[in-house]
Amino acid sequence: MARFKLHLFSASVPRSVTAMEPYRSHRKSPISTNSTTTLPLYRSAPPLEVRLEDFELYAIDRLRVLKGISDGLSRGKKSEEMEKLVRELLKTNMKHPQASEVVNKDIISHFVLRLVYCRTEDLRKWFLSMETMLFRHRFLSEGPESQKQVFAELGLSYKAISNAEFEAVRDKLVQVARLIGQPAPSSDAIYYKVPWEEVPELVAGRRVFLHKGYAYIAIYQVVSLVATQFRSYLSKALSLTNRKWTSTIREQEKDRLAPIVEALCTSYLGPDYSQPREYADISIKDLDQIAKSSFPLCMRHLFEKLKEDHHLKHGGRMQLGLFLKGVGLKLDDALAFWRAEFSQRVGAERFDKEYAYSIRHNYGKEGKRVDYSPYSCQKVISSSPSVGDHHGCPYRHFSEDNLRAALGKMGVNNRTMEDIMDKVRNRHYQLACTLTFESIHGSTCDAGINHPNQYFIDSQKVLQSKNNSTS
Amino acid sequence: MVTAAVENGGSDMVIDGNEQKPKNTVSDGFDANYLKIYYGKLFPYADFFKWMSYGNDGKHPGSDQSYFGRREFSFTLDNDIYLRFQSFNNLSEMEISIKEKCPFKIDIGPVYSVDPAKRHAYADDNVFTPVERELVFDIDMTDYDDVRYCCSGADVCLDCWPLMTAAIKVIHTTLRDDFGFNHILWVFSGRRGVHCWVCDGKARRLSNEQRAAIAEYFHLYQGNENSRKKISLTGPVLHPFLVRSYTEVLKDSFESQLLCSQKIFSTEERYEKILDMIPDESITSDLRGRWQDNRRSSKNDVNSLRWEQLKSLLQSGKHKAQGMRRHVEEIVFSFTYPRLDSEVTKHMNHLLKAPFCVHPKTGRICVPIDPEHCDEFDPTTVPTVAQLLEELNAADMEVDSENDWDRTSLGESIRFFRSAFLQPLLKSCKEEIESSYNAKVQQSKNSLSW
Repeated sequence: MARFKLHLFSASVPRSVTAMEPYRSHRKSPISTNSTTTLPLYRSAPPLEVRLEDFELYAIDRLRVLKGISDGLSRGKKSEEMEKLVRELLKTNMKHPQASEVVNKDIISHFVLRLVYCRTEDLRKWFLSMETMLFRHRFLSEGPESQKQVFAELGLSYKAISNAEFEAVRDKLVQVARLIGQPAPSSDAIYYKVPWEEVPELVAGRRVFLHKGYAYIAIYQVVSLVATQFRSYLSKALSLTNRKWTSTIREQEKDRLAPIVEALCTSYLGPDYSQPREYADISIKDLDQIAKSSFPLCMRHLFEKLKEDHHLKHGGRMQLGLFLKGVGLKLDDALAFWRAEFSQRVGAERFDKEYAYSIRHNYGKEGKRVDYSPYSCQKVISSSPSVGDHHGCPYRHFSEDNLRAALGKMGVNNRTMEDIMDKVRNRHYQLACTLTFESIHGSTCDAGINHPNQYFIDSQKVLQSKNNSTS
Repeated sequence: MVTAAVENGGSDMVIDGNEQKPKNTVSDGFDANYLKIYYGKLFPYADFFKWMSYGNDGKHPGSDQSYFGRREFSFTLDNDIYLRFQSFNNLSEMEISIKEKCPFKIDIGPVYSVDPAKRHAYADDNVFTPVERELVFDIDMTDYDDVRYCCSGADVCLDCWPLMTAAIKVIHTTLRDDFGFNHILWVFSGRRGVHCWVCDGKARRLSNEQRAAIAEYFHLYQGNENSRKKISLTGPVLHPFLVRSYTEVLKDSFESQLLCSQKIFSTEERYEKILDMIPDESITSDLRGRWQDNRRSSKNDVNSLRWEQLKSLLQSGKHKAQGMRRHVEEIVFSFTYPRLDSEVTKHMNHLLKAPFCVHPKTGRICVPIDPEHCDEFDPTTVPTVAQLLEELNAADMEVDSENDWDRTSLGESIRFFRSAFLQPLLKSCKEEIESSYNAKVQQSKNSLSW
């Protein structure tokens, strides 16, 4: 039976902090089944031998967890809901008949997926976000002792602020605590003072008080600090793994591991829409018609605004431009299409000078020459359009009145309208979009809408089969 | 040429974006020949080079001699030819190139891992990446078009400029007091906005994620074209940073400047926009009733009067409990809070126009703005390149002066740049180089002794 020495395929990052030996092997007694509290930091791959089928099966199980997290996020689940979701995902997918094997499975699956997801920028980004999210929720469910241990292992040695310092900024801390829905800190509350750079997500959400470059974080916010450290470590490790993959592993393993690794990422992350497939020949003259019949609302809205204003701001150009590329609009046609609209507003000359570059850029013909992928629903939903912008997800970014009007125009009936609004209120934007799809096309969409280009392809399929059956 | 001044009186005809203002352009606009002389005699190359070297041009063994040469500059030439990835090894290379190419616009990019001119040699390996870049902010008046009634698009005047002043104050204080940055340069963009360069060592080394965190910290503007509300302040209280911005800057800017200069309540269309932000029907119909009836209420300015009425109604005891006073804050924030082009801030490799460029449309110099005295800054009196050349011609050549710019009104700007920004910056750069060098030496000593 084929076996692999796992550590031979992993790259480890030289450690700069002196911490305890970070990888704790399964030394704990296997008696108690509740003892799954060990939270590995995946600093280095253990010298374990892995059977070929475990290699693949473990990886698939972990992918189910990560994919589940990704879906939860794009449905806009709140923190508490995510916590529950992660717990359930782990319970269903990551258990093992032998208690002692649970930790091994955790570690092996992580390192296999590192190989799978190290190979492109997009893959790395996705894996990094999902693994960090997973780590975060596992950290939160650990007991205080175990949390402290992780804190120490990551080399985080911050001291709590003194009483005097606490009193000096107390009213600000009270204000922030109220703001984020926490009880006001009592005088023995523990706060850490850390450089703000180490807790970017707390800064971004204005969830901390900042003063002279330092963030005052409450004990319940330590998870952010830990997650940021975890993320930055994993990010470095992934780049190293990538280098190792391209320089040696891919070649050495081209008959054994490489095919498995390559199959793993495509089959579970959903298809890559940067290259149009089935309906590859879309010409400009068809655009008006297919925009009406097959574009999801987010793209249809951009398309209509472009036709109306002969202009779109950057976010809109990116969202629509890459979508159209995925739909099958060739570079030359794309240039002609955008020029036809923009030149009415800014003149053809200015279009060629200021805008054409970015369109060629999208197609990988300028700059870094990366063939950019169309935006997924998650990306569209998480964008933040501001004044003058038309991009983003209508289900999230439109006011209710505007959304109703837009859906009415698409032909959604009244009853479905209320169902859609209900989903929107619960922040299930992709489900709302799925309902819209089903209502307009009169057919089901079991997989749900995860990508605007998927909406388009599914729509074309439905329309085509309708055509075939009528002719 | 039309020279009649446009009456900005409270006529109902002033509709957002429809107003055509005659431009009072004299022949002092922009001319490519002026630019040649400007680059030949006035552009402060040495100060510019000093800044961009961050102390690495010195003789200290800890300084990085390759630093300046890894910086990307990009030039926009006549006919909109765009040259990216220009780099220079030293002051004279830069000076010669700028004089020779005479760029209409100079943009500053990041410092890369290797000389940008040699980037193709490293293209495959991902070695060529940005490693340092000032934290930058770009604020453009066009983003405020829905809250200014005096001008729109590219035009600015003294009635809407207070929007920029408020933005400078809010951002400057926050960068200094919250984020702990010290070396902050504010620059007039030449026409309708301002740029901000944060140059502290730790600002230059921020990751994209950390830059995005700062941009998000500032980001409030939630509304887009398809939602009615422009700002929504949620939660039981405001973040201390927003409270400070409100009490120290925004409230005053709104009440003592913009309220009257923009005539925010003067017409039905305008006050309806504000009533739209208050979700309580009884309050809005009460106010609407009062405002529709008394068209002329004599001596008091109608804007201040209506604002006071709105405030007292929203803050009255009756509505206190329902959080109605928050809507007062929301209105002030909607009309005054800084609107950032956050993409520029978030990414290291975004280019931004260099200070002391000449704006090709207005001919005005992109001069530094003193954030401590930004109320006094007047964008309509910033020297133009034509004016500088006239001053140069008129100046007494006999007077001994080290630099030509000393004899023009550019001198004041350059002296400010030096004393308020460059000198303190270089001082802390030297300290930083010194201490990181010492740390390195110490480290190698330690490893030897073991």
